[in-house]
Amino acid sequence: MDSDRRRMTGAEAVIRSLEAEGVTDVFGLPGGAILPLYDAWAACEHTIRHYLVRHEQGAGHMAQGYARATGRVGVAIATSGPGATNLVTPIADAYLDSTPIVCITGQVPTHLIGTDAFQEADITGITMPVVKHSWLVDRVEDIPRVVKEAFHIARSGRPGPVLIDIPKDLQLAEFEFSYPKQVDIPGYKPSRHGHPKQVISAAEAILTAERPVFYVGGGAVSANVDPGDLIRVAESVQMPVITTLMAKGVFPDSHPLCIGLPGMHGSKAANWAMNQADLLVACGSRFDDRVTGKLDAFAPGAQVIHMDIDPAEIDKNRAAQIPIVGSLELVVPKLAEALQSRMNGGPPKAAPWLQTVQDWKRQHPFRYRNTEPLKPEYVIERLRDLTADRDVIWATGVGQHQMWAAQYLQIDLPRRWLTSGGLGTMGFGVPAAIGAKVGRPDATVINIDGDGCFQMTMQELATAKMYGIGAIHVVVNNGWLGMVRQWQELFHGERYSETLLESSSPDYVKLAESFGLPGFRCETVDEVDAAITAALECGGPCVIDARVDHEEKVYPMVPAGAAAAEMIDVEWAEDDNAWVEDGV
Amino acid sequence: MTARSHHTLSVLVENRPGVLTRCAGLFARRGFNIDSLAVGTTQDPSRSRITIRVDCSQHSVEQVIKQLYKLVDVLKVQELDTTAVELELLMIKVTSTPERRSEIIKLAEVFDASVVDVGPEALTFSCVAGPDRLQALEQLLEPYGIRELVRTGRIALDRDGELGTRKRMRVVA
Repeated sequence: MDSDRRRMTGAEAVIRSLEAEGVTDVFGLPGGAILPLYDAWAACEHTIRHYLVRHEQGAGHMAQGYARATGRVGVAIATSGPGATNLVTPIADAYLDSTPIVCITGQVPTHLIGTDAFQEADITGITMPVVKHSWLVDRVEDIPRVVKEAFHIARSGRPGPVLIDIPKDLQLAEFEFSYPKQVDIPGYKPSRHGHPKQVISAAEAILTAERPVFYVGGGAVSANVDPGDLIRVAESVQMPVITTLMAKGVFPDSHPLCIGLPGMHGSKAANWAMNQADLLVACGSRFDDRVTGKLDAFAPGAQVIHMDIDPAEIDKNRAAQIPIVGSLELVVPKLAEALQSRMNGGPPKAAPWLQTVQDWKRQHPFRYRNTEPLKPEYVIERLRDLTADRDVIWATGVGQHQMWAAQYLQIDLPRRWLTSGGLGTMGFGVPAAIGAKVGRPDATVINIDGDGCFQMTMQELATAKMYGIGAIHVVVNNGWLGMVRQWQELFHGERYSETLLESSSPDYVKLAESFGLPGFRCETVDEVDAAITAALECGGPCVIDARVDHEEKVYPMVPAGAAAAEMIDVEWAEDDNAWVEDGV
Repeated sequence: MTARSHHTLSVLVENRPGVLTRCAGLFARRGFNIDSLAVGTTQDPSRSRITIRVDCSQHSVEQVIKQLYKLVDVLKVQELDTTAVELELLMIKVTSTPERRSEIIKLAEVFDASVVDVGPEALTFSCVAGPDRLQALEQLLEPYGIRELVRTGRIALDRDGELGTRKRMRVVA
């Protein structure tokens, strides 16, 4: 971008600013108050691709999927009022999962603000609790600086969503454009380097621990921590590694030290390991209630090392004896070096502990009884196995299918697993997968969705069709709001209040066809491979309707409010050949 | 850990629209109850100081300080201790017949309160003092009949030099 000043409208300035930030793809839907920006979009020469969505929520989640898959900032555009309020859910989702997105909304003209004008909503006010920062632009000259600050704040420190609200008259106003080279925000200086003494204290604590557990969270993905550095830390003392739902893939699932998912539907090995640990090495994880269960009973004997970019995470839910505030991609390699330089060559102190945890993992794998009707876990296992030779990015909705996917998929690289962890947003899967495929067209993108979730955002199939965005959408169709049904069965006396979908659900194959997309169905074990293979071979967007057992439940499970070590599980028998283990 | 007590936070912020809402909203969202809040510009017109009194546990106040620091417009947060200078402005309108005026005015003078308005049936005083002193003034005027009363909320500054044992938030880095 040349720094020559040039006269232009606020609308063109937005486009030039996006170009200056290196943006190549945005997701949005026009409307009255954002019309000048869309007019400039058509009138100006530029290289940014715009994807027209069918609902602004889709634009927001696509921006999230794009950001999470690529590590770049996602951009969503909407008009004022309802367009802007439709972005609230993705913004809240991005806030809880620390996803860097920039949302640009039109606002009614300045002189109408505060008059309850047509399509007026105080979107900076509405989103205030769920944005990292926001701006209501009040001078056209501020547009370049605000966009510069917005991208900087969204992507640096603990990433998060930001919102820029631009009144229509300012989009039309002209001014001398120049893009700032530097950003200077006095109140925003995220810490970078962890304190060296704290890193050494952490290394010494890890070396003397008898039962250490490496508790890796989504912050490690956000920070682009080199998986090799995580592996060096874990291998130096042969420490078992727990990866939270948000961290899946940042430490390879296939690594022998990886114990995998903790928490409500995590493995027994992971929950028992955390609860019997004498040292938790938290790395970009936040002691979320879905991980800890009853907080007072969580890991009662453990000291805590807590590495995080966000000082507010330290001592929030669990007190840390050794806090390290800094960028994880800098802190983790320093910790690895500190550990390696202090190794005395003898067998790690924690070796017997590792043996115990690995035995638990072997003895208590995720498992299901592979009988008729078709089991959802089987569908997910076949998706995993039939794509083993591909670079796959997985997206999910929220609910049972999400948990089965987390349990049975094997992911060995970061940014291959896109799920709504914090907010638990049903409907995340379809648009997130589309956004990911836009950002990573070379990858195979598969959305493992539930039928309840799919019906929330399935209109984005039109977006997929329009641009040929070839993500595969697998509807794990059990005809229920399955996770709610599971709770009703287990904890609410089998009163299935308002959770049955099947009688009124669409035919997902015909639905796909009505969008002009191929649809495939499987209802028995014999049909699964053919449907998956056909979907993989069709090369474009498509839908698989996998009709599965209505009553299958996700196990093991920590009941809400219980201690994480107290997991409930199904009874199973060693001599029953129908049992299938996850094989990971 | 869970014992509640009063804390005074002095928050230096950018003087921009919406900053007060962001700070106050954060308190509401994280479940902290604000006792009093006062805001005004500083010697630098581009900056404002918000003085907030909260009633919460020490653990909570540390959390809220960290959360305040995450707001982009917040420049500095100090928790002031008991040695800080804390003052509040009170205005009070007291029922007063012309015969009782001098009696009430003498009483108020003991508290360095000034008369800001005299009407046929009421006197209005202003008084700047610490909270205990304002409380005492209010109690003494009570029997005459308080018609209206307004307080600004406390503002505070830490002391210079030895006395000022500052409890500034230390961010572990």
